[in-house]
Amino acid sequence: MSGAREVVLARIRAALCDVPADEQAAPPTAFVLGDDGLEEPAFVLRSRFAARVEDYGARVTRVSVAPAAIRAAVAQACVRHGIRRLAVPGDVPVEWLPPGIELLADEPGAPLSRATLDETGAVLTGCAGAIAQTGTIVLDGGPGQGRRALTLLADVHVCVVLVEQIVGDVSEALAAVGAVLGQTRRPVTLVSGPSATSDIELERVEGVHGPRRMEIVLAG
Amino acid sequence: MSGTSSFSEAAHVALSNSQQRRNLRQATTSIRAKRDAAVGEVDQWEALREEGRRIKDRTMRHLDVHLERLEERVTAAGGHVHWARDGDEANAIVTRLVRDAGSDEVIKVKSMTTAEIGLNEALARAGIVAHETDLAELVIQLADDRPSHILVPAIHRNRAEIRTLFRRHLADTEELTDDPAALAEAARRHLRRLFLSVDVGVSGANFAIAQTGTICVVESEGNGRMCTTLPQTLITVMGIEKVLPTVADLDVMLRLLPRSSTGERMNPYTSLWTGVADDPPDGPRAFHLVLLDGGRTETLADEIGRQALHCIRCSACLNICPVYERTGGHAYGSPYPGPIGAILAPQLAGLRDHTSLPWASSLCGACYEVCPVKIDIPQVLVHLRGRVVRQAKQDGWRGRVAGERLAMETMARVFASRRRYEAAQRTARVTARAVTRDGLVRPQLPGPLGAWLSSRDLPAPAAQSFREWWRAQPDQSDPDGHGGAA
Ligand code: SF4
Repeated sequence: MSGAREVVLARIRAALCDVPADEQAAPPTAFVLGDDGLEEPAFVLRSRFAARVEDYGARVTRVSVAPAAIRAAVAQACVRHGIRRLAVPGDVPVEWLPPGIELLADEPGAPLSRATLDETGAVLTGCAGAIAQTGTIVLDGGPGQGRRALTLLADVHVCVVLVEQIVGDVSEALAAVGAVLGQTRRPVTLVSGPSATSDIELERVEGVHGPRRMEIVLAG
Repeated sequence: MSGTSSFSEAAHVALSNSQQRRNLRQATTSIRAKRDAAVGEVDQWEALREEGRRIKDRTMRHLDVHLERLEERVTAAGGHVHWARDGDEANAIVTRLVRDAGSDEVIKVKSMTTAEIGLNEALARAGIVAHETDLAELVIQLADDRPSHILVPAIHRNRAEIRTLFRRHLADTEELTDDPAALAEAARRHLRRLFLSVDVGVSGANFAIAQTGTICVVESEGNGRMCTTLPQTLITVMGIEKVLPTVADLDVMLRLLPRSSTGERMNPYTSLWTGVADDPPDGPRAFHLVLLDGGRTETLADEIGRQALHCIRCSACLNICPVYERTGGHAYGSPYPGPIGAILAPQLAGLRDHTSLPWASSLCGACYEVCPVKIDIPQVLVHLRGRVVRQAKQDGWRGRVAGERLAMETMARVFASRRRYEAAQRTARVTARAVTRDGLVRPQLPGPLGAWLSSRDLPAPAAQSFREWWRAQPDQSDPDGHGGAA
């Protein structure tokens, strides 16, 4: 196929004959951070994030950062959805894990099968960051998040977000994402509420293929 | 795929389909309101649009550099890059890759590019089944229909029609209601089995980042995540114009696209992957990126026309277009309908195949106003009209270009205004009555209508149009009014 490669590149160069030969190909684009560059206090970001993720139909429980408080909120979410078995990434903080629930750990060396993930129905993870402006969670495969299939096949996703992880806008989050993409091969997923479709008469329906219920435990 | 029937003929058929027009008007009205609200929330929207335009313009001017960089980074991350001069070559590459993976079926996430090149049909000829997994694409596939909208391909179908279709084709749907949530649930059950078993996924790409070799797919349902995460082999087919230099450029696009597209602050899922993730392993073990020319370099050579390549497929220009709202997407005879289709399809496929599309617009400019990357669609339309006419002159005015052109110009102007549309109906009726034989309008008429009729039969118009009848009824509101009768 190298023939096609050379042909296409040659066609592009011929098509761009109007571009001066000495024009810079890549003047660096800087991230434009925020609308006014003002740092917003954490409590503002926290309530904005909560309100916006709720707009998508996710449920938000606010707790303190105390491990016992997080654990209790996770336990309540399990009760709400009748969850008895919970898939978790192998490195999820143990202090988040509620008692009386069967836990299935997904480890890089011993991954759960697709069928098991499909049957388990619920997953508990942390996240890499969150965006207040858009109610978005960033998953980058880092600590406490696991691989992508884990948060995809379950019907309920319980996600712990620490207030200190919330940034103001998409640009701040993407600056961090850029570092991950530049330095690793880890995939990144931006999740904004539960799966949804507007394919039928443009009426939004929550829940098609990804998790249909999203429970956010907002700590701090 | 190409415009075998011209826009004016197809539009005429579509205009007589009142169910479709009702579905479409309802859908575009609601999405426009959502978009306006989402855009209104952003303080510096105009500055952001300008930034989007600048990024696309700058990227296109050095497309070769960015593509070579992308290739280098994807390869370094364990992926394989293939180049295709045209759709046939891309289809052949994908077919070979699927066979090499030992599979005779693939799961697909909605992709305009693979629709453009007819990948599903090419795979079918090779004995490979392509399962569409997007809800609307599933509807289209089951109905053996064609997409009519970039974002919501089945926008012309309402819930009752979808229910009938699902009950006919999907298992365990005897009790299925036409509640959208129930319909979505039926699709979920049907497709879950495929997601868990098929080992080759095929996707398009919304963006690719040269700096890091990362591919980006933006979606709502989660079928995109399924297709790009669960299979062992992933094949992404991408037009060469989708590349962006850096993650900072992606940032701007992700702030423009969801608000313009579905009217959301952010779409439910944005997937970003770089080659093959192996530390720790996550997702497909083999990744192939097919870079498609398919008329894009020819488009790039036109200094005015090239801005059509900036399109990020948000569909805002379709939703705002008065011509699209009345004709629907099928009339454009291309996977790319609406204003963007009118400038992109003829350039990608060659102007000789789509002579009438540049006239499928009233030049009202609404599309330019909403375009998140400020593509000056009216400017490109006018420019392409000039090219079509110059080409027709060169070809010695063979074919129907001259008549088409004049008729389409009038038609687009007429569609854009309800007052003119009704006036035209009256004119047609009065004129036609004088010249009707055997219930068909036959003779050569003067003016645009005559040019348009030069190759067509037209049933004689009814003595009174619905609108006129409606107006004549006491106490009736406008048939187009939202509060009016349905
Ligand atoms: S031309 Fe502009 S408005 Fe139309 S689909 Fe493309 S990006 Fe959106």
